[in-house]
Amino acid sequence: MNIQSKPRAMTRRQLLKNSAAAGSAFVVGTGYLAGADAAWATETSTLQPRTMATLVQMARDIYPHDKVSDEYYVVAVKGYDTPEAAEEVEVGIAILDGAAQGKGFASYLDVGWERDRVDILRQVEQSPFFQKVRGGLVTGLYNQKAVWPIFGYEGESFSQGGYLDRGFDDITWL
Amino acid sequence: MAAPFELSDASVVVVIGTGAGGGVLANELAQKGVSVVALEAGGRYLPEDYVNDEWEAFGRLSWLDPRTTSGDWRVAKDFSGLPAWIVKAVGGTTTHWAGASLRFQPHEWKAAQTYGNVQGANLLDWPIDAEEMDPWYDLAEKKLNVTRTNGNAGLPGNNNYKVFEAGAKALGYEQVHTGRMAINSADGDRQMCQQTGFCFQGCKWGAKWSAAYTDIPQGEATGNLEVRERAHVLRIEHGDDGLVNGVVYADADGNEHKQMARVVCVAGNSFESPRLLLNSATSMYPDGLANSSGQVGRNYMRHLTGSVYAVFDKPVKMWRGTTMAGIIQDESRHDPSRGFVGGYELETLSLGLPFMAAFLDPGAWGREFTSALDQYENMAGMWIVGEDMPQETNRVTLNHDVKDQYGMPVANVHYSDHPNDRAMRDHAFQQGAAVYDAVGATRTFPTPPYPSTHNLGTNRMSENARDGVVNKWGQTHDIKNLFISDGSQFTTGAAENPTLTIVALAIRQADHLAREMSAQSL
Ligand SMILES: Cc1cc2nc3c(=O)[nH]c(=O)nc-3n(C[C@H](O)[C@H](O)[C@H](O)COP(=O)(O)OP(=O)(O)OC[C@H]3O[C@@H](n4cnc5c(N)ncnc54)[C@H](O)[C@@H]3O)c2cc1C
Ligand code: SF4
Repeated sequence: MNIQSKPRAMTRRQLLKNSAAAGSAFVVGTGYLAGADAAWATETSTLQPRTMATLVQMARDIYPHDKVSDEYYVVAVKGYDTPEAAEEVEVGIAILDGAAQGKGFASYLDVGWERDRVDILRQVEQSPFFQKVRGGLVTGLYNQKAVWPIFGYEGESFSQGGYLDRGFDDITWL
Repeated sequence: MAAPFELSDASVVVVIGTGAGGGVLANELAQKGVSVVALEAGGRYLPEDYVNDEWEAFGRLSWLDPRTTSGDWRVAKDFSGLPAWIVKAVGGTTTHWAGASLRFQPHEWKAAQTYGNVQGANLLDWPIDAEEMDPWYDLAEKKLNVTRTNGNAGLPGNNNYKVFEAGAKALGYEQVHTGRMAINSADGDRQMCQQTGFCFQGCKWGAKWSAAYTDIPQGEATGNLEVRERAHVLRIEHGDDGLVNGVVYADADGNEHKQMARVVCVAGNSFESPRLLLNSATSMYPDGLANSSGQVGRNYMRHLTGSVYAVFDKPVKMWRGTTMAGIIQDESRHDPSRGFVGGYELETLSLGLPFMAAFLDPGAWGREFTSALDQYENMAGMWIVGEDMPQETNRVTLNHDVKDQYGMPVANVHYSDHPNDRAMRDHAFQQGAAVYDAVGATRTFPTPPYPSTHNLGTNRMSENARDGVVNKWGQTHDIKNLFISDGSQFTTGAAENPTLTIVALAIRQADHLAREMSAQSL
């Protein structure tokens, strides 16, 4: 396992270029790393950029929310981009790619349909790596305050005086 | 105002744990002029410290010392190190509790007699009854300032309640209201509920009763109560006469001290209380203190529980307002024609998005799961609280392979459902879903039990010494100056949330203790 000490920045273009260099048609979710301002989220310090991209896709396939853009998934798995965690992730993603190849795809990222990726994930579902990623996402994704408004959840309410005068009983459709 | 007592002062009553049982007992004794040292493993947090944030509050307040699990309950698989969601802090789990405050129904004090022989269940009648408990319930309801008692108005219904009520009425349920809650519906000694949601994270308005900011400071103000926080009791010690004479605890720095005592009252909740008795074994009491019956740690009950969430085609915003102010009581009766003994309550419940993700269907992933969360804003929720059967094999034991930060064996919690529990839960899942279907739910979710919030029965009360650990006063059958003062005394669990009963028993025990002490019988 090679551990690189220098941070590596990855842009959407580079990512596509890397994938092309690897000789595969790189399929990404719509809006992947949308916008230049998302570049901060794509810096990897230890993981291979492609590993990170696969991990993000895996995260989305585990907890797919079409309303939630990739940047939140990137934040949710960012913690694996460390020297301590990287080896396990590289190995885990390599196994995932191997499973994809077993089904005739070039790599996990080359699988076009979610249902085919889910089939692959089902094969590795019992592995500690899958369970770790899934378990980590429960807080990594859903405990991001920035994600809450997408689901309508309003979070903290004390500072606004609670909902006594702000619609605790405002339901109208019953 | 602390009243510092010497470690060597053998005239004090030592209370272990300051939650619903210990916190109330300590205050009640102090009010009667009894000197009390209360030892609490957790730190002190007050409303200004509470946060409207589920995981942050959980991380700060929960009991997170190691525990292990076994048995066929799903908690052992999904949350193997976290059998219970309870609090380690001054005030104990009354910091987190939702405030639902119900009396037992009269027949529930006599489950063995009422239900008859239930195979595999270790049913026993309480040695007390409804008539005896009535005046103590009166005092408990006054102390907690429970809505719909003592002339207090009910709380207003929030969105989650309105959906629940409409469905319940459409189904023909009649006993439906916003609950008997230890939450102020008008300004008084505590202020009125501001409908913030987050009752489970500690009420920042102090509208909900919690021992942390009521009984504890009231007791301290008498000068008779000293609460030592971050004082984790490791074992209870006894003399050659077989009576307990003090407890050994570790302070915040891990240094051990022995506090001498005239009487020791154990109120560490239903895992820690039996664990302490077991960890205090000596050559005189080789099976642990007060364990001549072999019942210490057995008959662990956690209420049936389970939740039903439902999705609608329009917003509900269930998180707004009081977390649990809504109840359907029609199913709490004992009616074996439904295929099980005992009954259950249905109560409104909401979780924030972070906890919903963790608890809706633990371990699940993929679109079936995420499409439910996508509808979070359109969700309503309720909780099932039903009587589970006491079973001898559901029990807390010492796990000698796993040690806590003080090198003490941790509690292993073993639980498997009784067939009666499964039958009742299935019935409740069906009725809960029917409530929501009646108002147009597009999808419902029968959600499995969370890590236990109600933990009961592991030092149960019994008429005869061979059947249980304590007598009708919570006094251990074996050692006359050792008492149990928390939910672990419960002989059976009844269908109701337990805390009002824990508090009523603590007030009654304080009265008894003070009397016995002044009569010099203790
Ligand atoms: C989220 C949630 C919601 C709830 N809602 C309701 C509700 O609406 N209605 C209801 O009736 N009940 C409710 N409950 C349950 C209620 O909180 C408990 O029944 C009640 O607090 C139990 O009282 P207790 O005295 O047995 O233990 P606790 O209140 O848990 O107090 C035990 C205390 O002992 C301390 N302790 C343990 N071991 C040691 C030791 N070795 N040394 C020193 N200190 C120790 C602990 O740190 C703790 O502070 C809820 C619980 C939770 C978690
Ligand atoms: S809803 Fe009411 S009781 Fe609950 S935390 Fe808010 S103010 Fe307190």
